[in-house]
Amino acid sequence: MEPSITTSLGQIQLERPVMLASGILGISLDVFNRIHRSGAGAVVTKSLSTEPWDGYPNPTIFSVGGGGWMNAVGLSNPGAPNFAKMIKPNHDVPIIVSLVGSIPKDFELMIEQFENCKVTAYELNLSCPHVAKVGLEVGDDPELVKEIVTTAKNSTNVPIIAKVGLGTTHYLKTVGTAIESGIDAITAINTVRAMAIDVETQRPILSNKFGGLSGTPIKPIALRCVYEISSKYDIPIIGCGGISTWEDAVEFFLAGASAIQLGSAVGDNWINVFDDINKGILKYMQKKNYSTIKEMVGLAKKS
Amino acid sequence: MQRNHNHTTIVTIEKVIDETPTVRTLVFSDEIMSNVLPGQFAMVWIPGINELPMSIMISKESGKAAFTVRKHGPASTGLFNIKEGQQIGVRGPYGNSFDVKKGNLLLVGGGTGLVPMMRLLTFVKPTDNVTVLIGAKSKDEVFFESLANNLLENNPHKVIVSTDDGSYGEKGYVTDLVEKLVSENHYDGVYVCGPEIMMHKTVLAANSRKIFVQASLERMMKCGVGICGSCCVGEDLVCKDGTIFDGEHLSQNKEFGIFHRNKAGILENY
Repeated sequence: MEPSITTSLGQIQLERPVMLASGILGISLDVFNRIHRSGAGAVVTKSLSTEPWDGYPNPTIFSVGGGGWMNAVGLSNPGAPNFAKMIKPNHDVPIIVSLVGSIPKDFELMIEQFENCKVTAYELNLSCPHVAKVGLEVGDDPELVKEIVTTAKNSTNVPIIAKVGLGTTHYLKTVGTAIESGIDAITAINTVRAMAIDVETQRPILSNKFGGLSGTPIKPIALRCVYEISSKYDIPIIGCGGISTWEDAVEFFLAGASAIQLGSAVGDNWINVFDDINKGILKYMQKKNYSTIKEMVGLAKKS
Repeated sequence: MQRNHNHTTIVTIEKVIDETPTVRTLVFSDEIMSNVLPGQFAMVWIPGINELPMSIMISKESGKAAFTVRKHGPASTGLFNIKEGQQIGVRGPYGNSFDVKKGNLLLVGGGTGLVPMMRLLTFVKPTDNVTVLIGAKSKDEVFFESLANNLLENNPHKVIVSTDDGSYGEKGYVTDLVEKLVSENHYDGVYVCGPEIMMHKTVLAANSRKIFVQASLERMMKCGVGICGSCCVGEDLVCKDGTIFDGEHLSQNKEFGIFHRNKAGILENY
């Protein structure tokens, strides 16, 4: 029998385990449709705020080589109300709406906007490393994480995912708090706070000076985090960080992730990367005689 | 070692040419940028100010390239104000290039939209009959007319300037001339770059007569490499699928000629 690459994260059912990560290309429904057709099991939107944000001036994104990317886009987004209007006609694409805010009320207000939209899940951005008062600064405050997750859970029946990263509070503590507050799944990890300096002009390249490092260089870190989370907690995990090949994806499954997200790989390999990874996973499953993704999730922990 | 084209390379501006009171050409040495295909662009870093996408201009000297910039917003004004000896960063080249047909060609450029047209002129065959239309608001804003004539000195060619106020060349909008030319002549290829409305009208004029036409689109860009999504037009990404699109493809696009996105990604009317 042909193996199946469908996967589930609690109540979330996905036709394919590879998703587009938040912040990447997530601005128009037409593009979402195209990425879905290219093989993504779901698309995660850019992180939306209650109001439109312009983000930082350029330079906001560049390559640091070796499959590594640096960005400080500054969470530019059209705002939740505009975005909800835009995706309202959607029926076909599994859309995970990423939300960013400072206080619980922000999340409640934003979720309200999507009442009449087809939303597969919400992903709370508790980990953007380069914007003040939101993202990682929120994720680092356990009390705030508790309040935000509780409020989000009380605002909707749609599953809620928390995206965590490497801040000043240990991410395992943040994950634990989110689970206690009723979170449905965890995405790990966000980009890692970093910077780059141009030696010729002797100044930081990003307009924001600090940004987030993504891509190949952070893959081993992200993998370690997924392994640690799955070792400590019983919660569906989405692996994210430097995944660009099917082998990377399988590594994350073996570490305990049931699905994966990718972003930087789109910059290096364009959107064919989704289908390439799906096919690679399928071949691996045939070779290893697995009929479902679930059979390999967490296998690396057995030894 | 091969250069990582996604990483910024620092170059020094060697010469600044005033084209008009608001347009300057900045020349620098860079082997890779000097040999790009017509229509390709670079992301240009003005240290401490901003980074913006720029079509890569030709230079008379081999091994050199240039950017021709009109001062407009903070980023382009920052680039406009760069002096000889100052440094900027470049990454790329990015984007596709014009499909250069043979035979009767019509090139339409408005303002700095002439930049990719000048590089395209270096790719035409001596047997091609080439017409260049230059659109400008007024006499002060006309540039690249003699450059176009020089580049075409071995071709049967015409360079026609039109100004909106009639202070130089023909009076009126360049798109009215396009309409007239495509209705009276046969063309094997029409190429356009400039304000979106100008491109939209040119594409419509060519499409309705089944003439092959390509337009080089401009959108706000952050990454230039298909990550940020800022430059999407319908389902197309200008940086990755373009900047050059066939007229036939554009006729299916719901946003071309009508909307662009602001920094927050909200659609705005032209």
